[in-house]
Amino acid sequence: MSEPDDYFDERSDAGGTIRPAYAAYDDWFQQQETQALRRKHREAEGQFRRTGITFNVYGEDEAEERLIPFDMVPRIIGSAEWRKLSRGIEQRVSALNAFMYDLYHRQEIIRAGRIPERLFRNNAAWLPNMVGFTPPGGVYTHIVGIDLVRTGPDDWFVLEDNARTPSGVSYMLENRETMMAMFPDLFSQVGVETVSNYPRRLAKSLAACAPAAATGKPVVAVLTPGIYNSAYFEHAFLADQMGAELVEGSDLRVIDGRVAMRCTHGYQPVDVIYRRVDDEFLDPLTFNPDSMLGVPGIMDVYRAGGVTIANAPGTGVCDDKAIYSFMPEIVEFYTGEKPLLPNVQTWRCADDDSLAYVLDNLAELVVKEVHGSGGYGMLIGPTASKREIEKFRKKLVADPENYIAQPTLSLSTCPIFTKSGLAPRHVDLRPYVLVSPDKIDITPGGLTRVALKKGSLVVNSSQGGGTKDTWVLKE
Amino acid sequence: MLGRTANSLFWMFRYLERAENTARLLDAGLRMALTRDIATAEAEWKSVIQTAGRRTEYEAKYDDYNGQQAWNFILRDKDNPVSVMDMIDGVRTNARAARNAISSEVWEAINDSWMQIKDLLARPVGQGAVGNVVASIRQAGTLAHGAMAGSMLRDAGFHFARAGTFLERADSTARILDIKYYLLLPSLSYVGSSLDTGQWDNVLRSVSGDRAYRWLNAGQIDARGIVEFLVLDNRFPRSLAFCHSALREELLALARIHKTQGECNELMRQSDMRLTDLTVEQVFDQGLHQFLIDFQNTNAAIARAIGDDYRFHI
Repeated sequence: MSEPDDYFDERSDAGGTIRPAYAAYDDWFQQQETQALRRKHREAEGQFRRTGITFNVYGEDEAEERLIPFDMVPRIIGSAEWRKLSRGIEQRVSALNAFMYDLYHRQEIIRAGRIPERLFRNNAAWLPNMVGFTPPGGVYTHIVGIDLVRTGPDDWFVLEDNARTPSGVSYMLENRETMMAMFPDLFSQVGVETVSNYPRRLAKSLAACAPAAATGKPVVAVLTPGIYNSAYFEHAFLADQMGAELVEGSDLRVIDGRVAMRCTHGYQPVDVIYRRVDDEFLDPLTFNPDSMLGVPGIMDVYRAGGVTIANAPGTGVCDDKAIYSFMPEIVEFYTGEKPLLPNVQTWRCADDDSLAYVLDNLAELVVKEVHGSGGYGMLIGPTASKREIEKFRKKLVADPENYIAQPTLSLSTCPIFTKSGLAPRHVDLRPYVLVSPDKIDITPGGLTRVALKKGSLVVNSSQGGGTKDTWVLKE
Repeated sequence: MLGRTANSLFWMFRYLERAENTARLLDAGLRMALTRDIATAEAEWKSVIQTAGRRTEYEAKYDDYNGQQAWNFILRDKDNPVSVMDMIDGVRTNARAARNAISSEVWEAINDSWMQIKDLLARPVGQGAVGNVVASIRQAGTLAHGAMAGSMLRDAGFHFARAGTFLERADSTARILDIKYYLLLPSLSYVGSSLDTGQWDNVLRSVSGDRAYRWLNAGQIDARGIVEFLVLDNRFPRSLAFCHSALREELLALARIHKTQGECNELMRQSDMRLTDLTVEQVFDQGLHQFLIDFQNTNAAIARAIGDDYRFHI
């Protein structure tokens, strides 16, 4: 692998000159004492543990709850740059929604021959129950997380679309809270766009998608699989911040054509459910009959306009990496414009030519399962052993349709705070997008994930990555 | 408020109270053991295990009673179906489940205590550390109640939490009284005699009532006085009268919020009628044991009724 010097560093250029976005922060940083910063760093970790900002790791009894390591050097994005990114994100998200509508209605894009039908026919996230049905307000993906990576001054790429249930937004919020508590003076010196109104914006955006049956102020609830889910902290946090109820499947039942929650007063109808359980567990009558997480009959209520489910069932189609590979075509088809944010070059192993190329170049490529997530079930060619590559080759040949491949990207770096001072590490970025019938609302910032190991390109929290506060500078 | 959340708040505070009461019990045990010779200390630890309701499980594992073995069994043993660590875990699990019905101050108090106690109980607790452990457990309760008082909205959730606290506390005092009264004496003829003065002193210590009692009674210790104090004196925050009066207030507050009285209010009323104008003579006439058993049964019935009235379960 190449040295970090070969990568685009967001803070400074190759000659060590600080880039404009970091100028004000750098001035502040120069005035700080290293000892004091170290102490602050330890305090921050203690604070995270006390507030219980943890995520659960499956299959590890003792380490049931873990902290995601937090790095206290912010990742900074200039305002002009953010505007550019925002336009690209907005374009992509509106295309995603138009695409979902089309897929579940006339399927013009398939008739036009722009994407093959097998893409969704073979897609486990495709829901025949959604065909011909339009969700309230026509919104499919209410909350979207778009994963971006950067390779140069003007080179941003979309790595992944998370249209189903993007997580991590609580870290965006808590990272900012922690930074403000640690360095209040810093925020008076540098103008940073606020992210803390995200829960209010989320509540408003969800309420704007109330179903036909809603009367009065829409009642919003967050549906969680429960306290043992890896993202439970986030579910509780968002419900708390929105002033919404945090419900589990067993709290809900269908009464008189509405979904109602069991309160100490009796059953109260819920208008909008921000669900953090997967489609297949939503309704045991429609999907997995063994699931205890969902609500029997909720899909019937949904289809009759009695409740809004956010994100809409069947949205997971968009998270599919084979669909991802067609996103440039999809964006163009629905917006009539060239995509502002390009995809990472992607080989679809379902195509014979691509497969041949991928098999010849496994050692240089990243190969991912089409439906995989969170860094599982993938091959990172450059760091894999010969044996791992040969093992993966067999899987690939046996089921090529299940894989895509991408080049190993020269991800940009940002400095993290280490024992020996600042050191560059690779980062990605997940901005959060809210969609209501008349608005696409992008929070200025997002979650920056950072690989803590020197040279590592893996930023996933489940694989030992950390997070940073992400700043968008005020104009 | 969700029924499930109400249930979590109720149990979160029951477990917290139970852990705190167990710590008091251990505290009394430690003190007794320090002031006795080894042979009697063994009997005292037996009484502590008995009072904690863990005699069967303990004796299935050990043949003898010594302090270190006994307090480790109560605090952290995996063969103890409900160790203090389990109770503290129960507090935190319920707090997590009711995370958005408690203030962040309450959550942080609970989470902080949990981390601290978990750490203290990670290894067997030796003679030098047990006092610290017991203090930490008691402090956990104090911190959580303080955070509650200072930061929680006085809505249904607050009253469910308090109802759990007083229900558990009443139960605990009744259990401690009953077991001491019934099991520690060589025979029933010893009841009321001066022989059991030391044991009654320990009863008082187990509920942290020794100082208050001495203050009120100028140091006179006798069964009648202590029973009157722990059953009927509504100035002492762990007496049955005090706990039931507080529980009644919480249940009335819940009835006001829900604009309807439930079965729990009715059972509470019946229980109050039995306690009103009750004298210590009547308690002894009825038989203290029988009285306490009735009291605990009523408690259990009230707890069940709260769950039914407020839809704790499907």
